Amino acid sequence: MKTQTFDFKSVLKTSLLAGGILIYLALVGLLTAFLDRDIIYKTLSLSFALVLINNFVFGYIAAQHNSEHKWGTAIGIGVILGIVSTAMLSVLVLISEPLNMREMFVNASPTLVKALTFENENIVQGLLPLVLMGTASSVLGAVTFVLPPLWRKVLLAALIAVLAIGTLEELVSDVVTNIFKLFGNKRAAKPALKFFFGRKGWSVNGAIIMFVAAAVGSYLWNWRGSVVKEKIGALPKTAQRNLRIGTLIFLFAVAIFLPNILGGYLSEILVTVAIFTLMGFGLNIVVGFAGLLDLGYVAFFAIGAYTMGVLTSTQLSQTTELVSFGWNFWAALPIAVGMAVLWGILLGVPVLRMRGDYLAIVTLGFGEIIRVLALSNFLQPKIGGAQGILGIAKPTIPWFGGAIVLKSSLELYYLVVVAAALAAFVSWRLRDSRAGRSWMAMREDEDVAEAMGINLIKTKLLAFATGAGFSGLAGAIFAAKLTSIYPHSFNLLISINVLSLIIVGGVGSLPGVVVGGLVLVGLPELLREFSEFRMLIFGALLVTMMLVKPEGFWPAATQKRELHAGDEVEPTPTPEAA
Amino acid sequence: MLNERLRNLSVIDSLLWLLRAAIIVMVLWGTFVGLTSGRADGEGMGQFIQRCTTQTDVGTIQCMGKYSAETWRDFIIFGLAQGGIYALIALGYTLVYGVLFMINFAHGEVFMSGAYTAFFVANAFAKNGFLDSNPIVALGIVLLVSMVTSTIIAILLERIAYRPLRRAPRLVPLITAIGASYFLQYTFRGLYGSGKKVYPDPAILTGKWDIFGIPILKTQVVVFVSAMVLMVVLYWFVQKTKTGKAMRAVAEDKDVALLMGIDVDRVIVITFATGAAMAGAAGVLYGLLFKQVDFIMGFIPGIKAFTAAVLGGIGNIPGAMVGGLFLGVFESVGPSLFLEGLGVPAAYQLKDVIAFTMLVLVLIFRPSGILGETLSEKKA
Repeated sequence: MKTQTFDFKSVLKTSLLAGGILIYLALVGLLTAFLDRDIIYKTLSLSFALVLINNFVFGYIAAQHNSEHKWGTAIGIGVILGIVSTAMLSVLVLISEPLNMREMFVNASPTLVKALTFENENIVQGLLPLVLMGTASSVLGAVTFVLPPLWRKVLLAALIAVLAIGTLEELVSDVVTNIFKLFGNKRAAKPALKFFFGRKGWSVNGAIIMFVAAAVGSYLWNWRGSVVKEKIGALPKTAQRNLRIGTLIFLFAVAIFLPNILGGYLSEILVTVAIFTLMGFGLNIVVGFAGLLDLGYVAFFAIGAYTMGVLTSTQLSQTTELVSFGWNFWAALPIAVGMAVLWGILLGVPVLRMRGDYLAIVTLGFGEIIRVLALSNFLQPKIGGAQGILGIAKPTIPWFGGAIVLKSSLELYYLVVVAAALAAFVSWRLRDSRAGRSWMAMREDEDVAEAMGINLIKTKLLAFATGAGFSGLAGAIFAAKLTSIYPHSFNLLISINVLSLIIVGGVGSLPGVVVGGLVLVGLPELLREFSEFRMLIFGALLVTMMLVKPEGFWPAATQKRELHAGDEVEPTPTPEAA
Repeated sequence: MLNERLRNLSVIDSLLWLLRAAIIVMVLWGTFVGLTSGRADGEGMGQFIQRCTTQTDVGTIQCMGKYSAETWRDFIIFGLAQGGIYALIALGYTLVYGVLFMINFAHGEVFMSGAYTAFFVANAFAKNGFLDSNPIVALGIVLLVSMVTSTIIAILLERIAYRPLRRAPRLVPLITAIGASYFLQYTFRGLYGSGKKVYPDPAILTGKWDIFGIPILKTQVVVFVSAMVLMVVLYWFVQKTKTGKAMRAVAEDKDVALLMGIDVDRVIVITFATGAAMAGAAGVLYGLLFKQVDFIMGFIPGIKAFTAAVLGGIGNIPGAMVGGLFLGVFESVGPSLFLEGLGVPAAYQLKDVIAFTMLVLVLIFRPSGILGETLSEKKA
């Protein structure tokens, strides 16, 4: 290991990688898509911020590889990295027009050239600021590594806070306005917002103040946080319990007022997150507890949604040959869940003998079959084919003779959250019950479980049925929320999303499902305007997550032990070892 | 003895047997009704069969259901051509599964990357006239570009996404593969745009050839023959070369192979590369046959090729070929043969259902596939 000397080759390698990623970002279109999206109004666009972030991160990594805590070396590394990587991007800019690269790469366009040269007529001159700023950023990254740990944490926290809030500026201002509105003083929000934010993103003053505030906050937390934690730990048991109950009550109160604070758009996102979380709890039973990898989970979601649709639609005759049943939401709900459970068992029977990947592929096949059938003319007379089902009833709550219709997402929020909470409660109670323990025994080893007297058929079918039931419930609510459903809504992506969210959260862990839902469903929804790049980021996130933290954000205890024990006991054999 | 067997038959087994019987009856009944729908009013079954077996020219149309014998033949030939493509892609699944016991979910995207990149080369050649003046060289270059692109993507994929996870629990690489699959799809969408691109039509491949008196579209002949040639080459590579031997050794037992002095990492990379090169070739053939490429073109053929691999017996190279051809023909003939007979409107829409149903049925009833050795439940 060359830890002491300055390893030029490794720095160059990292630099080439950084430059490669810059070129990738440019060609994939990330550098041109967010030119109008300012993080700091008229000063820093999100597109350009990506270049800086890339160089910062790679500067940090390059310094880490050299692991030498000297300022001079770090600055040297940063300069090399910055110049090499931005030079690579500059070459792309220079050759894109003469080579007519646009024929093949749609994003190697004049817009890209203009953006990276800051609309300078002279391209070479225009590229200078790019090189300078990129280099400055990578020097900053490399130097950050050399800083003492406390200062490093403070700097990173402040930078992340500025970037994150700047990116989500619109939503943050909405929430601030709503909070003021809640206290009956909507007007007071305006001047404050105007000071901190520009027309898009931070104002320069706002960014500086936020940076300082986040830095101070982070400094205090890192300096005093452990002391506070210790003090709480030293409190007597009863006081600790009171504190916990107090926190719960506070969270509950926040949950009740959340839609009002967040406003329509964010509530909509919350409803979507809650629906996916509800499905996540169901799939968590199948995959997390019972260890049955199901990739066709969307099938039961679709069955629940279509049952709800057929039973409650008032415009059924428009797309199908049936006459409206006209049930209300609550009457149709048990039927929808029941249908999903029934199909969970029916589709479970043929796959009882399968394990692992084969089970995954068969269930994937089931999911696709259901979608294609829903889309086909074959079932059109019953469920509407490609035209779907329209006019599905909204849920109503009887109230002193009249009825409240839950029409907007502000109101639906309560219904979905109650459903998700119910699913969480059921999963929690099931986990340590006899059924839950047999699931886990079966997950670990089917043969041993059978030898211990567990009826595998019953146990598996129970898992499939429970999981399908939750999914059906989610589907029914989904149908009632949208009031019209189409086969295209029930594609493989939903199964994959749900599976990914429980894995990112931590397989088998209940809080993990919520965390996974917020990260994998909530975050992409927040970034709606990134639409083209959502799936790109989603894919990259999944891969990174599996490489870096395969046990998930909030792993169940056993899972964590298993994955980490594996690392230490079985190092991957290398060819050199042989 | 029969008695004892009956007693041991569990409820689940009997249910599965019932399911099997129901499907077979359905397919046979559908075929029967479909084929006999040309029976004239008042004509008895015996008369119908006699008329059809003796009469040759005029009667055939009424004897083959809604379609003429020529149409059925064309269905089968088209099925063989598309089956050849499935088989080529299936080889990638089979090779990787044989070595790593892992479903490379992103293989469909490897296929797409080659086809989509080669489109630009083919298009450039078509524009400057090279494709028509020197068609064989031009198509060769297009094929090479596609194979090289796919190979590069697959090697990167293996190096970045799969290698660090080789000893991880099985769920982890599967999720990684799914993530990589989306990442690749949307990367290529970002690079090349989201529109459908129309593959150029080389003049040399328009029209038909008469083969044994049967006129067949030239494209279909070329696609089928190239697929077969590539598969034979691959089979030779795996069976006869030293590298192929190493591949088989690694598939048999990684640890023992390591002890025998085989560089396992290198062999795994070669396995990925070989599979990807086949997928890249399949990409160009797909472009020639279906004339269209876009960034999500990899998903459905990928799943179908996986079906083909399972159908033939995963991990088994001749199995992938047989499975691919079988699936291709079945998918092309099936909807008109028995689904229309069962009275399903617009049966071609259910083409994919046939493929997926076959996948499900094979996995339920014969997980070892047509040619596969019996895998123990654990291994699967």
